[in-house]
Order: sequence, then C-alpha cells, then structure tokens
Amino acid sequence: MAAPETLTTGSLAAPDPAGVPNEAEDGLENVAGSPRKRRKKRGVIFWLSVFWLLTILFCAITASWLPLPDEIQADVAGKLQRPGAEGHLLGTDGLGRDILARLVHGSRVSIIIGFASVGMGITAGCVLGMVVGYFRGWLERFVLFYIDVQLAYPFLVVLLALIAFVGQSLLIITMVFALLSIPLYTRVARANTLSVSQREYVMAARALGAKPARVIFREILPNVALPVLAFGLLAVGSIIVAEGTLSYLGLSVPQPTPTWGSMIAEGRRYLQDAPHVAAVPSLVMCLTVLSLTFVGDSLRALFDVRESGI
Amino acid sequence: MARQILGRIPQLILTLLAVSFLTFMLLSLIPGDPVLSILGTDNITEEMIQQKREELGLNDPLPVRYASWLGDAVRGDFGRSQRTQQPVMDAIKERLPVTVEIGLLALTGALLITIPLGSYTAFRANGIADRVTTTVSFALRSVPGFVLALLMIYIFAVWLRLLPATGWTRLTVDPVRNLRSALMPALVLGLAEVTAYTRVLRSDMIATLQQDFIIMAKAKGLPNWRILFKHALRPSMFSLMTVVGLNIAALVGGALIVETIFALPGIGRLLVDSIYQRDLVMVQGVVLFIASSYVIVNFLVDTLYTVLDPRIRHGRA
Repeated sequence: MAAPETLTTGSLAAPDPAGVPNEAEDGLENVAGSPRKRRKKRGVIFWLSVFWLLTILFCAITASWLPLPDEIQADVAGKLQRPGAEGHLLGTDGLGRDILARLVHGSRVSIIIGFASVGMGITAGCVLGMVVGYFRGWLERFVLFYIDVQLAYPFLVVLLALIAFVGQSLLIITMVFALLSIPLYTRVARANTLSVSQREYVMAARALGAKPARVIFREILPNVALPVLAFGLLAVGSIIVAEGTLSYLGLSVPQPTPTWGSMIAEGRRYLQDAPHVAAVPSLVMCLTVLSLTFVGDSLRALFDVRESGI
Repeated sequence: MARQILGRIPQLILTLLAVSFLTFMLLSLIPGDPVLSILGTDNITEEMIQQKREELGLNDPLPVRYASWLGDAVRGDFGRSQRTQQPVMDAIKERLPVTVEIGLLALTGALLITIPLGSYTAFRANGIADRVTTTVSFALRSVPGFVLALLMIYIFAVWLRLLPATGWTRLTVDPVRNLRSALMPALVLGLAEVTAYTRVLRSDMIATLQQDFIIMAKAKGLPNWRILFKHALRPSMFSLMTVVGLNIAALVGGALIVETIFALPGIGRLLVDSIYQRDLVMVQGVVLFIASSYVIVNFLVDTLYTVLDPRIRHGRA
C-alpha cells in the first residue's frame, strides 16, 4: 500500500526486504572502513557457492545422460537404505528409489522454474519499468497502482490460488511465477530509470534527436540491467524456495516427476527410522539457496553504485 | 494529522475494490466451463448445469455478477462451500483464532528476541556476537520454512520427545496443552521474522548511535542499557515497524505451511485443504479475506507510523 516504496521491493516470498538499505553489509562496511577492503572478502565461500551452483546446473542439464539408476522405477526390496549403500551413494527412499538420481532429476524442475520465470519476469519487468519511468504520466500511475494491488496479496496465497484455478504443469507454474514477480523488477527498473534519465548523456542523446526507443535501449538499459540482474539472482533463490513449498504441498509439477520439495515431503513419513530421506534433499535445497543468496548479495554489492565508492 | 489519515482512505477503498475485483476474476481463470470443474464431469445432466449456472449467476453479464458478488461479500456473505455447504464466512470464523494465536505468538516472540539482539549487535557492531548473528541469520534466510519445520519436528518430537509433532488443543480446553502445540509452529514462523527484523533494527540503531544526543547521554555517564533502551530504541524503531507490517504477508504465507505441516485447524490449512478438494468458492472467499485483511492491517500500520513519528506527523519527513 502506501508504505515507503523502497521497503517493499523484496517482499517476494522470503522475508527479505531487499530494499532496506543494504542492512548487514552496509553497516559492517561503514564500521570496517574503505570499500576497497571488501574486494578481499569475495574469497573461498564465494567461489564455493559458484562451484556448487555450476554443479547443480551441470546436473540439471545432463541428468538424462548421467550413469544413474532409474529415478522413477520402484524397488521395494531395497527401500530406505542408508547413504553409502552398495550402488546407492545417497541411499534410497521409501519406495527404494535412488535418492541421488531423484535429486539430479529434481534439480531440473527447480532450475527450469527458477531461471525461466526470473528471465521472463526480468524481461517484462525491465521493459515496463523503463517505459513508465521514462514517459511518466497516467500510464506510470496506473502501473504503480496495479503493483500496489498485486503486492496486497501475500505471495504464497496468490500463488496457491492461481495454481488452484489455472492448473499445474511446468509451463503454467513457470508463467505464474513470472507474472507474480514482474512488479518487483518493474519497481527496481523504474527507480533506476528515474535516476538515470536526468543524466547529461541521456539529455544529450535526446537533444541529438534520438527516438525514445533508442534512448531507452541504448542509454538507459545498460544502467538498469545490472542492478536488476543482481536482484534477479536473489529472486531465483526465493522462487526455488517457493517452488519447493508448492511441491512439498503436492501442488507443483505432478508425480512421478521428482522434485526436491516432494522428496522432502515423502521423507517426512520416515523421520523416525530413516531421517536421511528428508535430510538429503533438504540439505541440497538449502545449499543451493544459500549459494544463490551469497553470490547474488556479492554481485549486488558490486553493482550498487551507491556502495561501490564512486 | 487526522486530515492526513482521512486523505488516505480513498486510496484504501480503491485498493480494496481492485483486490476484490481480481479475486472475483479468479473463477474466470479456470480453463473451460467453471460449472463443469465445480460439479465434476461424472453423471451430470444439462439441467444441473443450468441450475448451477443460475445459482452462481453465470448467466448475467460480468459487471452485474461482480456487483452482486461484491454486495454479498461486503455484508460478510462469501458464498457457500461446494462440498459441505457451510458458509465460507463461518469456516473462516471457526479457524481464524488458531491462525491469529500462532501469528501473535510468533510476532511477540520475534520482537522479544529482536529488540535486545538488534540493539546489542548494533552497540557492539562488528564484534563477535554481531558476526555470529549476521552469519547465522544469513544461513537461516536460506532455509525454507517447511525444512525448518521438519527440523524442529525431528529435534523436539522425534529426538527429544518434548513436544507433540502435530495436532491442536483449543486454548479454552487446556491452556498448557494449547501452548505446547502452538510452540513449535510459532517458533518456525518467528525465527524467519527474527532474521529480517534484526537486520533492520541493527542498521537503524547504528545510525542512531552516531547522533549527538547519544554522545551527550554517554557524556552524562548514563549506563549503556539506559542509553540503548531509553534513548536510542524509539528513534530506531520506524523501519522495524514498517517491516513488521509488510512481513505480515510472510507470516500468512508461513501460516499456510506451518498449519499444514503441524496439522493445525487454521485459515492457511483451510485454504490448502480447499485447494486439494477443489472447493473453489471456498478458495476464493479465503483469498479475498486474507488479502483484504492484509491491506487493512498495512493501512493501520502506516497510520500508526504517522501517529508515532513527529517528523511525518508534521509533514516534514
């Protein structure tokens, strides 16, 4: 609603108002001193995160060709084996399916939904944000009002409602996530456009007679793209969590396609005797989201003009 | 001040209208004929379809349908469940106390942890406690709510056998057992909030602690706790309040998960169950209820903000 708009930028699913002026890092830097020191901080953990993300990406792309047991075929005789068992590196689940194979195949759903919806959302949100930020006027007011209205729905609630009414398939779920996240990118893009479009080089381009499309895509876009992209990486993490929640509730891509969330949901039944069935996919999911957050935060600090010490 | 608050009421009403219209339009999103997906496709007659169409008012033009639906909704009639014929509003009323109790418990707990934690980490910024807090809350941010809930169940119910894994006892039946069943859900909801709140309070507090009146207080020789809680806390609370207001959405979202996992009879569970049962009128009603409550609560938080902050109150922010 009428809340200060910088504060609402990040209310996507995760309780992480990204717009609150760079909380932890910011304060730390103010105390610790010059921004140059921060360059050193991008150390081992940053590269470990990148490595982990690349591994997951590799798994998602090559899942079908990796030498793994079948991820759907049940084998009740060999159920609930511990990690490290013969032929099953991470053990088997309640139906005797190989957990590693299901994890690798499940990464596809998370990765596709996460990246595709953020890609679509960013494209639409960027264009919309730049256009309304450049032309202003009644269109801007209408878009801002629409954004307020959409953000009036708690994210998870509107997500569940839409899925309930529209149906569940990989494509539809991706589209719903994209649609729901457009307002966030629109806000970031618009805010950056507002500050950029008064700069001298934009004025110069306009004075030289450049058409609005040229000004927007050649002069403004390069300045808007980086902050939005860095924000997008954080959003991929939030969307993976949201997709995980959906599939935990059994409302994401239907069975038998393995997803991390549905694996965790199955594991709940065996919490007593075989906690690894839930623990392994949970760990993988947390590590992935943690890496995305970490890399995203580092990149955001890098691209944030306000912070980079100019 | 009253004028400022009254001036925002048209915007509030406009937002509520838009929210209700979008929620109303949900039914038209169903692919194909909504009547068929409500009745199911097994042994139904043309008559039944016509009757249902009439009952849902689907034969009228859209604006008429919206107007009559909104008229009913304003008077508290959200329609009836397709499965149990229970009025949607009754179902909501029945389950609201559970959600509110868990939410308030989580919110209170989160604030009780945040205020000392945020103040102390700001006071000793970059110290050991601060670094540990920052790292832990960074890690916690990456743990999805349902994973945290399972972890709690594993620790407190399976391993330590201290708390019940699922189930709910009403407050009026047995307050102690009620608290025991509310504890884990509230903890899961509250922990996520603590990480968000602490970061906000800490960064505002760091800014406040650099102000002249704090130096003055130190010069007078006041003890640290007094400086922190009597002088620095109030001017540092405003972002925190906004985030608390905005994060009510996260709390409601969290309630969906937590109520489902711990099998609590709250509104979130009502929504999820209605989705499982394809009780779409119920889904629509619950969504409308949650969204409008959220809009109104945020309006109230904004208003409170105006009342508390003299800079905004006098229009000099």
